[in-house]
Amino acid sequence: MEKTDVSLQEMYKSILEGYLHTGSEHALYEAQQFSRQLIKENMTPEEMVNLHVVVARELIPDLPSEVLEANDFLLEVMVGYGLAYREHQSLRDRQQQLESELAVAAQMQQELLPKRIPKSPVLDIGIKTVAADVVSGDYYHFIEDGNDHIGIAVADIIGKGVPAALSMSMIKYAIDSLPEQRLQPSALLENLNRVVEQNISSNMFITMIYGSYDLKEHKFQYSGAGHEPGFYYNHSSRQFVDLNTKGLVLGVMKKAVFKEYEQKLSPGDLIILLSDGVTECRAESGFIERSELTEIIRKYEHLSAQEIVENVYSELEQFQNFQLQDDFTLMILRREV
Amino acid sequence: MSQTCVEVRSEWSIVAARQAGRTIAKEVGFGSVDQARITTAISELARNIYLYAKVGEICIEKVVEANKVGVKVSASDNGPGIKDLRRVMEDGYTTSGGLGAGLPGVKRLMDEFLIDSKEGEGTKIHAVKWLR
Ligand SMILES: Nc1ncnc2c1ncn2[C@@H]1O[C@H](COP(=O)(O)OP(=O)(O)OP(=O)(O)O)[C@@H](O)[C@H]1O
Ligand SMILES: [Mg+2]
Repeated sequence: MEKTDVSLQEMYKSILEGYLHTGSEHALYEAQQFSRQLIKENMTPEEMVNLHVVVARELIPDLPSEVLEANDFLLEVMVGYGLAYREHQSLRDRQQQLESELAVAAQMQQELLPKRIPKSPVLDIGIKTVAADVVSGDYYHFIEDGNDHIGIAVADIIGKGVPAALSMSMIKYAIDSLPEQRLQPSALLENLNRVVEQNISSNMFITMIYGSYDLKEHKFQYSGAGHEPGFYYNHSSRQFVDLNTKGLVLGVMKKAVFKEYEQKLSPGDLIILLSDGVTECRAESGFIERSELTEIIRKYEHLSAQEIVENVYSELEQFQNFQLQDDFTLMILRREV
Repeated sequence: MSQTCVEVRSEWSIVAARQAGRTIAKEVGFGSVDQARITTAISELARNIYLYAKVGEICIEKVVEANKVGVKVSASDNGPGIKDLRRVMEDGYTTSGGLGAGLPGVKRLMDEFLIDSKEGEGTKIHAVKWLR
């Protein structure tokens, strides 16, 4: 398709003519501007070479025939570049399409998360979750059974991107479809383990902590499946203690048994649940220490649970230069009265 | 309509097929850019025959329709055929990977592209470039 785009040809002619007369930097600047326009109009390299040849022939009437033949030779070489260029364009279009599909997936994933945080006069809950990439491998969930218990899950799907996002919806619906009496933490994890083991490819794993907070007795019963240990914070002694969340990762064994633990809370005490993206955040100086994390939490202890998690996040974000390495999820529960 | 056919069985015959294509493209009235495109397409098709089917044929002819003229390139062989056509026609699949060449390149260089390939039977490709 010999582009006989007259206007482009005239433009190029006048720019090149100007350059031949003046040899000025200004003409070269015009050439640069012109090339931007060429790219915008999808002119291929071989078309551009041809345009140059045609215009040069008009401007310099007595070009030696060797030069003309050499130009044809160049044209032949440029066809290959033209193909690579057009393939690049089509791959770029496809990438844009994939990116917008991914954005839709991320949007759908957002909708899997709880719409609101359970409100209670005796328990203050704060949650911050940020995906390192477009879609996240972290998940959290609340179950309000209307029986003075709030069920709380924090899960981390090992592996990133779309596969992680897909298995997240499975986790959500698996939890949602469990019968009431199964909401004991150990039984819940045993159930989920079965679902995950049966439905997820063997190279994907899910770690999780599930706990049930008793709003009357103020105790937190929980079980862990290979999850990053959370903390119990004792307000009066100002001490942090690790929660026992070791357990077996979900999906590894058909029949896994999960131990259940119990932590009593006094007013002002905290339960801190997190994904490994919180502790594995790294800067040039290395990983953050768990003790550094607890130090930051203690610093904001006087704030609301939501304000604490927001502040911890922004400090850690700064710490790693605003480049999140892994999905970040931090949840804080505080017994109010 | 007369057509020129070149038997492909060596690297040298690829050049002969190119030459035949260029002659007809010139006759039909294609400018130098399209001549280069048509011969590049012929090269790719002939090289595939040479590499994968060992023997085959490239035919080039002038085509005339209601109000347009063009060049038609046909490549045929009785080689192993192409198993997964859809994959092969995807950008970035060729062994040369990401250079834009190969069959998707031929499709881009020409205006019409038809491929018919059966595993174990062979491959037939028709491609037309219209003069505008
Ligand atoms: N005539 C043919 N007979 C059998 N297989 C073929 C034929 N033409 C192509 N193929 C198969 O299709 C694949 C893709 O061909 P294509 O020309 O697009 O890329 P390529 O030859 O692998 O790499 P290049 O970019 O260097 O051409 C080849 O690798 C080959 O397996
Ligand atoms: Mg090839």
